[in-house]
Amino acid sequence: MLTKIVRTVANQLIVFILIFGLYVIAHGHLTPGGGFQGGAVIVSGVVMMLVAFSSQELKKSLRERVLSIMESTGALILIGLSLAGIGTVFAYNFLVGTPIFGRIPDFGPGPGDFWTGGVVPLMNLAVGLKVVAGLSAVVLALALFASGEEVEE
Amino acid sequence: MKRQVTGLVLLLVLVAFLVWGVLPPTMRDFGYPPSDMDDYIIENAQEETANNNVVASVVFDYRLVDTLGEATILFTAVMGVLLLLRASKRKEESS
Repeated sequence: MLTKIVRTVANQLIVFILIFGLYVIAHGHLTPGGGFQGGAVIVSGVVMMLVAFSSQELKKSLRERVLSIMESTGALILIGLSLAGIGTVFAYNFLVGTPIFGRIPDFGPGPGDFWTGGVVPLMNLAVGLKVVAGLSAVVLALALFASGEEVEE
Repeated sequence: MKRQVTGLVLLLVLVAFLVWGVLPPTMRDFGYPPSDMDDYIIENAQEETANNNVVASVVFDYRLVDTLGEATILFTAVMGVLLLLRASKRKEESS
């Protein structure tokens, strides 16, 4: 555990890191970025908390079992969304034209509308969940292993 | 000596392969990439996938199978790390 200054600054900063990561994930179909990149941003915040506080302290709020379930949920959502369009072809974008994320933008460059993209925003959310949970579990497991603590089931 | 000759021949074959890869009949002229697929995606991505971000539409729609493979790699890596660390701890306890 580091000094009180570092811990206080990390406590304030984690809010902005989480908001930025969520923004990158949620706007993956409009701006550069997406599930993988936004998930990496959030995991960098988790690593910052891991450095500022100790891994034993972080273990109280982040359980590896919950992280594993979150990652499997993300993978299942991804595969389920790919299989949902199997009526036409595997990984068909079946939400185009529907009110849910289905507005078709005009051809050419434009500012974009949040309700566009078909299944792409949902897949971004699934991949973001998967990356956040998976990389957090890896980082936490490695930190706990390095400090000689047992990995929680 | 024989190993060195074999290595030299293999090196020459590799160099010839790499040089053949960048010569004009294989690779087009500089600034003129093979762009049939690019043109199709740029012209049709917004209408077909309702997506303003063409890169996102390629990653999560046209080439979704690649993204699934990427997700599988991540899943396997996480599973491997968790299994490895857990198993080593359990082995310490039993011994």
